[in-house]
Amino acid sequence: MAVSDGGGAGPGLPDNRPIIEVENLTVTFGAIRAVRGVSFTVRSGECVAIVGESGSGKSVTARTLFGLPGSGATVDATTLRINGRDALTLREKQWRAVRARLGYVLQDALVSLDPLRRVGAEIAEPLRLHGVLARDRVPARVIELLRAVGVPEPQARAAQFPHELSGGLRQRALIASAIACDPDLLVADEPTTALDVSVQAQILRLLAERRREGTALLLISHDLAVVATLADRVLVMKDGVFVEDGPVAQVLEAPSHPYTRALLAAIPGAQSKGKWLSLPTGSAQADPVPAPSTPGPGEVVIEARGLVKRYGTRIAVNDVSFQLRAGQTLGLVGESGSGKTTIGRLVLGLLTPDHGEALVDGVAWSRMSGRRRREVRRHIQVVHQDPLSSFDPRFDVRQILDEALLVGGVPRAQRRARAVELLEQVGLDETMLHRRPARLSGGQRQRLAIARALAPGPRVLVCDEPVSSLDVSVQAQVLDLLVRLQRETGLAYLFISHHLGVIYHMSDEVVVLNDGRVVESGEVGQVFTAPRAEYTRELLAAIPTIRVPAGAGIGGSHAEFPQEATS
Amino acid sequence: MRSRRAAIGGRLLVRLATSVMVLWGAVTVSFCALHLTPGSVEDALVGTTIVTPEVRAQIAVDYGLDRPLLVQYGAYLGRVVSGDLGYSYQRHESVVSAIGAGIGPSLQLAGAGMALALVVATVSALTTAGRARWIRGLASGAELVGTSVPMFWVGILLLTVFSFQLGWMPAVGGDGLTGLVLPAISMAIPVGALLSQVMREGLERVLQQPFALTARARGMSDGGVRLRHALRHALLPVITLAGWLFGMLLGAMVVTEKVFSRPGLGVLMLDAVHGKDLPVVMGVVLVSATVYVVVNTGLDLIYPVIDPRLREAT
Repeated sequence: MAVSDGGGAGPGLPDNRPIIEVENLTVTFGAIRAVRGVSFTVRSGECVAIVGESGSGKSVTARTLFGLPGSGATVDATTLRINGRDALTLREKQWRAVRARLGYVLQDALVSLDPLRRVGAEIAEPLRLHGVLARDRVPARVIELLRAVGVPEPQARAAQFPHELSGGLRQRALIASAIACDPDLLVADEPTTALDVSVQAQILRLLAERRREGTALLLISHDLAVVATLADRVLVMKDGVFVEDGPVAQVLEAPSHPYTRALLAAIPGAQSKGKWLSLPTGSAQADPVPAPSTPGPGEVVIEARGLVKRYGTRIAVNDVSFQLRAGQTLGLVGESGSGKTTIGRLVLGLLTPDHGEALVDGVAWSRMSGRRRREVRRHIQVVHQDPLSSFDPRFDVRQILDEALLVGGVPRAQRRARAVELLEQVGLDETMLHRRPARLSGGQRQRLAIARALAPGPRVLVCDEPVSSLDVSVQAQVLDLLVRLQRETGLAYLFISHHLGVIYHMSDEVVVLNDGRVVESGEVGQVFTAPRAEYTRELLAAIPTIRVPAGAGIGGSHAEFPQEATS
Repeated sequence: MRSRRAAIGGRLLVRLATSVMVLWGAVTVSFCALHLTPGSVEDALVGTTIVTPEVRAQIAVDYGLDRPLLVQYGAYLGRVVSGDLGYSYQRHESVVSAIGAGIGPSLQLAGAGMALALVVATVSALTTAGRARWIRGLASGAELVGTSVPMFWVGILLLTVFSFQLGWMPAVGGDGLTGLVLPAISMAIPVGALLSQVMREGLERVLQQPFALTARARGMSDGGVRLRHALRHALLPVITLAGWLFGMLLGAMVVTEKVFSRPGLGVLMLDAVHGKDLPVVMGVVLVSATVYVVVNTGLDLIYPVIDPRLREAT
């Protein structure tokens, strides 16, 4: 439905009207130059993607298009035209009219929809604000919009609050509110980052549908694979500038900038198995990958036998069994709510199963005395998704490691030296000792969390979504670090993730979970290339994949693991 | 739907039961205070008043002092529940009528002061949150002054200017609306300053949230985002604090009442403490506790209305 004059071209009416024209855009916050002279155009019916890591300036660029770059920002450009209007001279009131023709979708709808207001009220808001409909027709339009974005039972959903909806439905509702006024351009800033793969696929399909209807799309993401499925053109952003700009096929197949190549190489999955994900820097480049300290799989260190865990009437874990051997990685993969984290806690002996047993070195937690349990805990450590909240914020790095070393029984006199060793082992150094975790970057924090987990001298690490909150390239470094540590020390990993690519890259064996049940398990290549269960096939089909041509500019720096090379 | 309503009803019952327990505790404490006061219970009750032996005998009968302590306690509870808070031998009236005369002006003053404080805090927080540094500096400076100056000094200042010099307001008495203006303002200044600080902080946190950005990106005006989205989020901590402050105010009002020569619970309490008039002290304590409990129970029931996420919480 056409809402105002100049409203988007209908289907079958292709016009190449530029909606966004940006030339030489600069956004500064005091001394910080977040965006440094970028130029791009988005035309109607086109999908342009900006790819970059956190801090690259991609979100600031998007927000500038709405006249909302953030407080204290100075915007400068040769040209900044939105829908043909010169946005550089707009006053606040005129901006509001410009925004009426744009839609904005942010990462997590749980915080992007007002949690205190009903979903329907949020979707109705733009309709009421811009007076595009008679008041009495608004509720019907809200239902229509919810139906259009594929929300079942729209009537009931409109009356609910955001926290009562699932992540996927919430994101759909947010998109419904963004398209309520039939915008010419939809800006989606990390629209699927917080979602499971299958939900992500649905949301991407929904966005593709909007585009077919004639809405221009500006996708912002840190994940090249996500944008590859949708975008016509990709702009790779780094430190406030576009380092690469071209059609999607060209950027993916013949990347011209080293940074783009690094981003591509950092994507974990089938193609990356047995390779380093991050390009080694400096002297590390010459380092050969150390051979595994113990050849072949060792003895069973962790075993789950028919684990069952109930929360009230809900069965979180239902008859789960697996074995983890020394020097091996077992991947637990499933969507949110599949019971992964509960299994991790059962294995750590932090939860007691209702049925079945979790065994460490052949002894069940339930058979151990309190003292024995504490002794065993030293040997099985955990790395969480959000390391910051797992550190006492008042501790500095030294105190964090000191505490872990104390647990490991290291005498006080040796702890400092050992702490420095641990830091070096994870790629940090002595200068970090007196920093507080809040002042470390995301990657450094996760390295510190790994160092802390290593401190008591464990034989098993339970990694619960250890890279899920990290950018692709930082994720690559952390995954590489985990692989290197395993090769050097023969650690066993129980690796929990919802990310199939990460699981494929890291695991020797994999257990696929759905609703607390084991859907399929076995050798990772087998499960991922020839899945037997329907559910696994669906999961795999939902992954946005990009065809990375063999050795696309990655060159010889991409070392292979010796073990893989010889097998 | 029905089970949800039942759950809400259940929660309501639990909350009310807790309130009753708190009040019961207050009654018990004041009963203990009576019996732990050095000297006989009769002496404690009459305080500094000289009474005839007949009155003392009457007290012993009324309070059943010859019976076991537990029976006395039961009888005391029964009297309190039926609304009999005892007799003040100094004021020669029942405690209920003494409090009855004071509670009206007190509630008026506390209510008017709190309402004014809330309005001032809301307006000032809404207009200054997230603004330029100098505006926020100015506002927080004013708030610091507001919370720091003593209430009686503000009262005296207001009286000097508006009553004695300009003659706009009556200088004494608590009759009618005009008598309420100056005392309410003098109470609202420190309270409003404190609430305004809390609210601005809350608003600034909310305005940073993605949904505030989303609302602005929809084309909503800055004022609209503040009023329609942010305000409700910022209200929760303010309401908690306001409930607590209301209880405080009832007790802290004595200074304001003295300065403006108003009747009220504060003055009643002060006189009772001076004259060791224990029945009145105990009565005021019980009434204050009741007001406090009622206000806070009411607020607890309001939270889930404001924040739907609290409705599912056990």
